[in-house]
Amino acid sequence: MSKERKMTITIPREEYMSPGHLACQGCGASLAMRLALKGLGQKTIVCIPACCWAVIDGPFPHSSLDIPIYHCAFETAASSASGVRAGLDMVGDTETTVLAWAGDGGTFDIGLQALSGAAERNDDIVYTCYDNEAYMNTGIQRSSATPIGAWTTTTPVKHYKKERKKDIIGIMAAHGLPYIATASVAYPEDMVKKFRKAREIRGTRFIHVFAPCPAGWKSRPEDTVKLARLAVQTGYFPLFEIENGERWTLNLKVKERKPIAEYLKLQGRFRHLKEDEITLIQQEVDARWEKILKNCGL
Amino acid sequence: MKKVIMGNHALSYGAMLSRAQVIAAYPITPQTQVVELLSEMCADGTLNAKFIKVESEHSAMAACLGASLAGARTFTATSAQGLALMHEMLHWAAGGRMPVVMGNINRAMAPGWSIWADQNDSLSERDTGWIQFYCSSNQEVLDTVIQAFKVSEKLMIPSMIVLDAFALSHTYEVVEIPEQDKVDRFLPPFNPPWRLTPDDPHAFGGLTSPDHYMEFRYKLQKDMEKVPALVEETGKEYEKLFGRYLGQVEEYFCDEAELVFVTSGTAGYTARVAVDELRAKGIKAGNLRIKLFRPFPFEKVRDILSRVPKVAVLDRNISYGHHGIFYQEVKSAMYGQPSSPLIFGFIAGLGGRDITRDSYQEIAEYALNKNRAEEEIVWIGVKK
Repeated sequence: MSKERKMTITIPREEYMSPGHLACQGCGASLAMRLALKGLGQKTIVCIPACCWAVIDGPFPHSSLDIPIYHCAFETAASSASGVRAGLDMVGDTETTVLAWAGDGGTFDIGLQALSGAAERNDDIVYTCYDNEAYMNTGIQRSSATPIGAWTTTTPVKHYKKERKKDIIGIMAAHGLPYIATASVAYPEDMVKKFRKAREIRGTRFIHVFAPCPAGWKSRPEDTVKLARLAVQTGYFPLFEIENGERWTLNLKVKERKPIAEYLKLQGRFRHLKEDEITLIQQEVDARWEKILKNCGL
Repeated sequence: MKKVIMGNHALSYGAMLSRAQVIAAYPITPQTQVVELLSEMCADGTLNAKFIKVESEHSAMAACLGASLAGARTFTATSAQGLALMHEMLHWAAGGRMPVVMGNINRAMAPGWSIWADQNDSLSERDTGWIQFYCSSNQEVLDTVIQAFKVSEKLMIPSMIVLDAFALSHTYEVVEIPEQDKVDRFLPPFNPPWRLTPDDPHAFGGLTSPDHYMEFRYKLQKDMEKVPALVEETGKEYEKLFGRYLGQVEEYFCDEAELVFVTSGTAGYTARVAVDELRAKGIKAGNLRIKLFRPFPFEKVRDILSRVPKVAVLDRNISYGHHGIFYQEVKSAMYGQPSSPLIFGFIAGLGGRDITRDSYQEIAEYALNKNRAEEEIVWIGVKK
């Protein structure tokens, strides 16, 4: 944990998000946007597809953000952002950052094709997936980002999710992007630093933000940051960066990872899991952690 | 300057002369030459535009909309399955008031796979809020692209330029290529009343409650209603500069005719030859080619058709379980008029089957010999 203490980046005071938004109590996604914009600054245009944030921003004629928003179709976060980038370039604005801001459904599932297209073209956008691990805006249906073992309204307790979470980072890394990072709302300095870094890089940048959802995870709103921190400390959601598709850097070296059970037990969506099932999940987490360490040369 | 070019290249030249700034497109037969030529134009600097080579038509339209909202003049082209894949984004374009101009090559919908002409692709998008122009010559295609940008950008409503697969897309005709400076005079740079910019941040297309939604749609319809007059106005302005008038419909011997064909696309061109032949035989035939299909040119159609006793509507399309779509539209336009003709509906040419002069002879014979529309649909050239 020594590196964590060494972080000296301060979080900018500027706010680009007002308090009058429509997020639920303890919403990780709203905290994620607040922090991301502190890193990107006001010269940002955001494309938001169907996701919680399509609602959080506030209904017409209101908006809780001080930056322009294009509410785009569900599967078009990346393609809309590519278009905005090209349009801005043609009208002479090469300075503004174009941010695509989608949930896990819009990224792992329905928007994956458009995202892959933009990534292959290396279009100059910052694509962020705020991951709350299910279709929360429509009422907690499973997505391919839902972790193994989780309850959702389409994976009921009797038949909880049996499939692993899709390896979105692996998919994006295979595109050889100039910058990929994971970030967590429990590590705001790291997160702001990554968005600021992404702003200065050209090409497609992909940032995967872990965003707990009390309503969907059946957790206490006050536990959002705690859960996000536990996800990192257990190795379930490690903080790392991949530059130019090959240089992996672990940003937070967790020396003694906490058992995954500590993370799971705070969430009602895992309440049905038996000990042997938790052991299996622990093995999955361990295997992925080892793989990431290896990629980081550790 | 005159050039012999294919219909697809007429679209490309139209986009080039209109100084399109962003093009996002995905290839589909028979549209490919449109984007191939535009890629070349972008590559060699003839056209100063960003060309986004997207991975699907859905993304093509999505990217066009993002670019349009950022304030750039935007063009794309597609056909059939590609247009159908865009469907969601077509609503987005019109609902979001983004004046993209798109060429659509009329191609029959699969299955079975067909690359040949019919109109079911574009007519399936009738209710998405797009202006639709149907063309019958390459010159008309080129001129209409330029006019469409003007109309679209004035009203912030997207336009679709429709031309038949192969019969126009791949047919070479002599086309007068307008001079750039004259086109620039006709079509000034795109300067939208709103755009995505951090200097004046707004949220576009957010959650809209029942308290507000209906007014957006009301305004779209009200602006759609302005299109016919604007097409006339810009058509006359275009004529002054280039000597070619671009209207809502094309009349051919409709005055005092005993039978008027209502047609569209290249079949509307063939109809003129058929009219000449019928007139040589002493039959007073005429042709009313619908060019502007959405919004429907009610006034023009009513004015012309209320003066004739019989009308034969030719559809290269079908609304299954109902009629040909132009037939529905014409009947709807004439309903309740003080003087309404007897209107017959014919379906021909689906999936690229040829519509020939003989088809029109058959249609004329049927219509002239009947005193009421006995059949819901009269099929022409079908193997029963």
